[in-house]
Amino acid sequence: MNTKKKGYKEMPAGGVTYETSLDYETGTWRSEKPVVNDEKCTRCLECYIYCPDASIKYEDDKIIIDYSHCKGCGICAKECPQDAIDMVEEEK
Amino acid sequence: MILGISGDEAVALAAKQCNVDVVAAYPITPQTIIVEKFSEYVANGETQAEYVRVESEHSAMSACVGASARGARTFTATSSQGLMLMHEILYVASGMRLPIVMANVNRAISSPINIHADHADSMAVRDSGWIQLSCVDAQEAYDTTIMAFKIAEETLLPVMVLLDGFVISHTLQNVSTLSDEQILNFIGNERKSENILDPENPKTFGAMVLPDYYSEIKMQQIEAMDESKKVIENTFKEFGDLTGRRYPLVESYKTDDAEHILLCMGSAFGTAKVVVDDMRAEGKKVGVSRVKCYRPFAGNEVREAIKNAKSVGVADRVAPFGSYPPLYLDTKASCDGINLKSFVYGLGGRDVNKDTIKEVFDRLEKGVDEMFVGVRE
Ligand code: SF4
Ligand code: SF4
Repeated sequence: MNTKKKGYKEMPAGGVTYETSLDYETGTWRSEKPVVNDEKCTRCLECYIYCPDASIKYEDDKIIIDYSHCKGCGICAKECPQDAIDMVEEEK
Repeated sequence: MILGISGDEAVALAAKQCNVDVVAAYPITPQTIIVEKFSEYVANGETQAEYVRVESEHSAMSACVGASARGARTFTATSSQGLMLMHEILYVASGMRLPIVMANVNRAISSPINIHADHADSMAVRDSGWIQLSCVDAQEAYDTTIMAFKIAEETLLPVMVLLDGFVISHTLQNVSTLSDEQILNFIGNERKSENILDPENPKTFGAMVLPDYYSEIKMQQIEAMDESKKVIENTFKEFGDLTGRRYPLVESYKTDDAEHILLCMGSAFGTAKVVVDDMRAEGKKVGVSRVKCYRPFAGNEVREAIKNAKSVGVADRVAPFGSYPPLYLDTKASCDGINLKSFVYGLGGRDVNKDTIKEVFDRLEKGVDEMFVGVRE
């Protein structure tokens, strides 16, 4: 979270969200991170479809992982037909 | 206009006159007349409200949550097992701060199955974050339903209107009604809505909240509930100015110099007033108070009402299992130092008649500490 957490007197009632999930960085939850091998990757975009966190983008003919939101679930690596994604342990 | 109608019909009429947008309900005795009447209004074109026929009370309350989140003035009614089935969604409604109004016609809970008056149902959900306003007759059920919309929409808290099964729900009474115009001037034509689902201004409702925010959201509800007391009082006052019918948070009858007071809720109050008159004629200084505003609990007002009595009998219409019953516990927590005795009567619709009330006063006078009234051994 970029901003200081609000107190109960400042928040909207009823748990209505006041920030978007873009501001809520879930990347810190990760223990393994997906790393794409551009050589092996055929740009089929299966990984893009499967990522449950919308953390995979396709830009400049490359698969880009948004590491501030990717939770490291490994689904992309599992689903990639080319085995082009490796799950690499995060440094402590 | 004065109409001879039952408590249930009075509630249905009030909801229609409050210009509700959505009613989602499932019939259950003794509430059935409310939704039956309302569906009749819809079929006759007397209201533009959307009537959602659902397959259960769980769905009824879920549909109400959706409608209310979109900004609709939303109403439903239930009883007993129906309220039990809604239980989960009651917390969703209050947690999402949705001003839904619901009539709960108090009825015993199975097992054994029983359709008659008992407060176990609404007491089981007393901590679900709903305001609970109890009524003594059909007139009050009509009036309270109207006031409930104003209170709910001002506090963003859902409100439950409580009326005793059959004794109020099915008994015909002369009910003095207001015109649609008077009511809408009082509560507002439609719901003023800020925190609502709106495609033009998208928001997420009911998102998951982790330990870093959950306490704050609960604090908001706790504070809203505490502050709602002022709104309830003001609404009662404005309604009194409009109609001449004044409702206090706690109503008392001949308690000023009373040595023994009965503290009760619901329809028993009417009977108790007659008993108080009878006993006063015999020179006995007795009085009766009743809690109208049960959630938030009007603790200070209860204390004020009973503080000078030698002893106070707190009468619950709920079977207590392994502890004391709820009205007694709430009173005990608010009335330190006052001599309170816990009584239980009228379970599953057993008549709370003059003898029942008299028995409570007799035990208070004699100092008999025996909780159950009118149960065979
Ligand atoms: S699924 Fe594999 S091959 Fe297909 S785009 Fe993603 S990384 Fe490349
Ligand atoms: S590891 Fe999971 S969250 Fe991260 S990019 Fe792959 S599929 Fe998305």
